[in-house]
Amino acid sequence: MTGSPMSSGGVVRGRVRDRRGSSRRSPRPFGRSSATPWIYLAPALVVLGGLLVYPVYQLGLISFLEYTQAQVSGGEPATFQGFGNYAELFGDGEFWRVLLATVVFAAACVVSTLAVGCALAVLLTRVRAVPRLALMLAGLGAWATPAVTGSTVWLLLFDPDFGPVNRMLGLGDHSWTYGRYSAFLLVLLEVVWCSFPFVMVTVYAGIRAVPSEVLEAAALDGASQWRIWRSVLAPMLRPILVVVTIQSVIWDFKVFTQIYVMTNGGGIAGQNMVLNVYAYQKAFASSQYSLGSAIGVVMLLILLAVTLVYLRLLRRQGEEL
Amino acid sequence: MNLLRARVRRPWRLAAEVSALLIAVVVAFPLYWMVLSAFKPAGEIESSEPRPWTLTPSLDSFRRVFEQQEFGRYFLNSLIVAGSVVIASALIAFLAATAVTRFRFRFRTTLLIMFLVAQMVPVEALTIPLFFLMRDFGQLNTLGSLILPHIAFSLPFAIWMLRGFVKAVPEALEEAAYIDGASRTRFLWQILFPLVLPGLVATSVFSFISTWNDFLFAKSFIISDTSQSTLPMALLVFYKPDDPDWGGVMAASTVMTIPVLVFFVLVQRRLVSGLGGAVKD
Repeated sequence: MTGSPMSSGGVVRGRVRDRRGSSRRSPRPFGRSSATPWIYLAPALVVLGGLLVYPVYQLGLISFLEYTQAQVSGGEPATFQGFGNYAELFGDGEFWRVLLATVVFAAACVVSTLAVGCALAVLLTRVRAVPRLALMLAGLGAWATPAVTGSTVWLLLFDPDFGPVNRMLGLGDHSWTYGRYSAFLLVLLEVVWCSFPFVMVTVYAGIRAVPSEVLEAAALDGASQWRIWRSVLAPMLRPILVVVTIQSVIWDFKVFTQIYVMTNGGGIAGQNMVLNVYAYQKAFASSQYSLGSAIGVVMLLILLAVTLVYLRLLRRQGEEL
Repeated sequence: MNLLRARVRRPWRLAAEVSALLIAVVVAFPLYWMVLSAFKPAGEIESSEPRPWTLTPSLDSFRRVFEQQEFGRYFLNSLIVAGSVVIASALIAFLAATAVTRFRFRFRTTLLIMFLVAQMVPVEALTIPLFFLMRDFGQLNTLGSLILPHIAFSLPFAIWMLRGFVKAVPEALEEAAYIDGASRTRFLWQILFPLVLPGLVATSVFSFISTWNDFLFAKSFIISDTSQSTLPMALLVFYKPDDPDWGGVMAASTVMTIPVLVFFVLVQRRLVSGLGGAVKD
């Protein structure tokens, strides 16, 4: 943005206050009039406090308690367990197997989504209106498809008996959901299908937002196509690339519906379990709410670590909050 | 971008256009297969030689879906839930985004960082505490148990995204409004609100999709009174992992996808320009 976006709109008790040219870092004096922003913020803070912050606190609390069906129904008091639930969780080989599967699966989804999304965004800038509109509409269609719907449609496409994919590939009645890796692969394909359009549209919008004068100037200076990409577009696109990467990490790390529906609750003998499904099964299928909460806390901590990396990247880019 | 395009040599451009069209076909194929299967008569889907067309389209699957008890009710519930979440989170996020961009106050940066961190909270992990919270407030088996959490989860991203749009409205415009005698409330709703509307549309897409898609909360919070359920649950009536009624599943899927597609087509242009606007920030 041009100008000094951070020093905008200071109005104190009806007086117009011109802050232009003032230091962007120095906060406004904290006076009586500063109630207004808090009034604007109140609804958001109430909703977030009650339905996000408090549940996070509860999640942490339950993870330290003994909390099963007996405590839920009020039959027995909830007793403090310390790190007992975590000890049980970390002592369980299955937890580590699920954690590893979650990380590898999410990473594979993120890398594939970004690669496909970025490649197609570049392709969109190279074609005329008709193919561009076709690809854009197809992408919006995939993006718009609800996760449950997409999951069942992909299952039908890859059905060993009536699916067109096995026929086209000549695979006979190969079952995709039977094997651990082919089931993960099938879910990965569905996840990439419904999430690459976000990356494609955002990166395409980003390339479009680069002023053409900048590109013309670079070309006039004799820069090659590759050089323009590397030295002009890539730096300008970096903020968007960071955003879409982080969003993809968050979304793909938390995939629930696709795994739950496509592998029928986590695959044969839980072979396709990811952390989310694992926590759900622990809590709601076997009433071990404290173990489920401990898994939730582990997920929260991993995503917080990702957030810290994100914040550092933003800071390094000099983005002002 | 004309410049970049002009420098691409002709055969390459033709190859790019052909591959763009082919990729569009591949990407659209699952949706085509969904609609096609919904219209295939009973038995034809379960043919071992699946045909990419049907000679005898039939509405039987749709009839079965709508005859299922309460399907219309589920559809309405989904619309109510998604509609409430979109409207409420847009209004609340607009106010909050205005506060953090156009005022300077103590804890402003702290709040912004908190909104950013809040985006990363894995909402699925909160199913357990939210379940107890909804139970304690007697909200289990109500649409409120689906609406309220989704408002909270849409807010941080919406605030973060709207920030760029509010920032982009020039300061001079605000000053001019006050000099012309407008009150702060009037500036907020009659000048600022219309100007950031494209941004609100873009953020609404995200809150609409995440709410419409919700499967976990509907599954966990609507347990006894199924008349309060939403579309994903209706779909699963037909999807029995051992013996799915594919016609019913595909017809229900088609009905469930249409509102989102309509929404997307309506906002398509604004979405691209909206994302572009967020990017310029």
